[in-house]
Amino acid sequence: MTLQTAILELADDNLVLGHRVSEWCGHAPLLEEDLAMPNMALDMIGTARSLYAYAAEIAGENQTEDDLAYLRDEREYRNCLLVERRNGDFAQTMLRQLYFAAFMHPFWVAAQTSTDETIRGIAGKAAKEMAYHIRHAGEWVVRMGDGTEESAARMREAIDALHHYTGELFVSSDAAQAAEKSGILPVRAEMRPTWDKTILDIFTEAMLEVPTVTYDQVGGRAGLHSEGLGHLLAEMQSVHRAHPGATW
Amino acid sequence: MTSTTPLWEVFIRPRNGLAHKHVGSLHAADEEMALQSARDVYTRRGEGNSIWVVPSAMISASDPDQAGENFEPTSDKIYRHPTFYEIPEDVGHM
Repeated sequence: MTLQTAILELADDNLVLGHRVSEWCGHAPLLEEDLAMPNMALDMIGTARSLYAYAAEIAGENQTEDDLAYLRDEREYRNCLLVERRNGDFAQTMLRQLYFAAFMHPFWVAAQTSTDETIRGIAGKAAKEMAYHIRHAGEWVVRMGDGTEESAARMREAIDALHHYTGELFVSSDAAQAAEKSGILPVRAEMRPTWDKTILDIFTEAMLEVPTVTYDQVGGRAGLHSEGLGHLLAEMQSVHRAHPGATW
Repeated sequence: MTSTTPLWEVFIRPRNGLAHKHVGSLHAADEEMALQSARDVYTRRGEGNSIWVVPSAMISASDPDQAGENFEPTSDKIYRHPTFYEIPEDVGHM
């Protein structure tokens, strides 16, 4: 079951952030972003699906990806806290996306040499998607950070609100450590130098400062979530729970 | 809004060997954002493998009032159409 937990951590990160970004659909500040954000959401939900299907396969017992996505409660979700943060304004959404993608891109690149064939397959596709997310979110961070007085202030507020959630990305749970030892998943802590450089390069261009975090907010991998996740899951799971087993 | 995000025309090349074709327009702050938006707005269903964006203001268009003098003189010159000879099958798609 340990490997399943390690896969679920990744799947939950992608599903929860995918759902968060999808909440912008129909509400984006520009028509162009109203398409760009659901595109990004669907990239992440697609990755989550592949991971849930694999986790269900490992579990056996006729479990399906839907059981894992729609029938687990808040405390059973293993996503990191960063991805469940509320969308806030456009600055916060783009910064959160940059933080996440700047981690996931090197992670998936490294996972392309995994000892596990399914993980290698998922990594190949996801790495390309995450490279684009870094570019898209990064360009917006630069334009807002080095934009108007208001956009720069909003970017600084977004950094204050989110930066202390990024440390959790680099922490491996016991389940993840086991998968790392057997070469199935890359070691999370090893993504740090690449992440630091990506963020520093973009912040420098955006005239923003990388803050020093004295206290990392963690807990998601142990199922200890913020209030927002419960609301997100209630909405996301409501259709499945109201109509168990329904199909298109 | 339009002063900070001017209009861009988007051209997509569907396949290698074909020409870029105009597919629509969008608003963006600069060429980098215009390319990204074009990717997100116009290539969601695998429409192409290359994108051009051009500021709409950079396009000079013919005057619709001159359409008559521009285009009608060709209508009686059907001998310019390559329809008076048969293309050998070996030539394939032209």
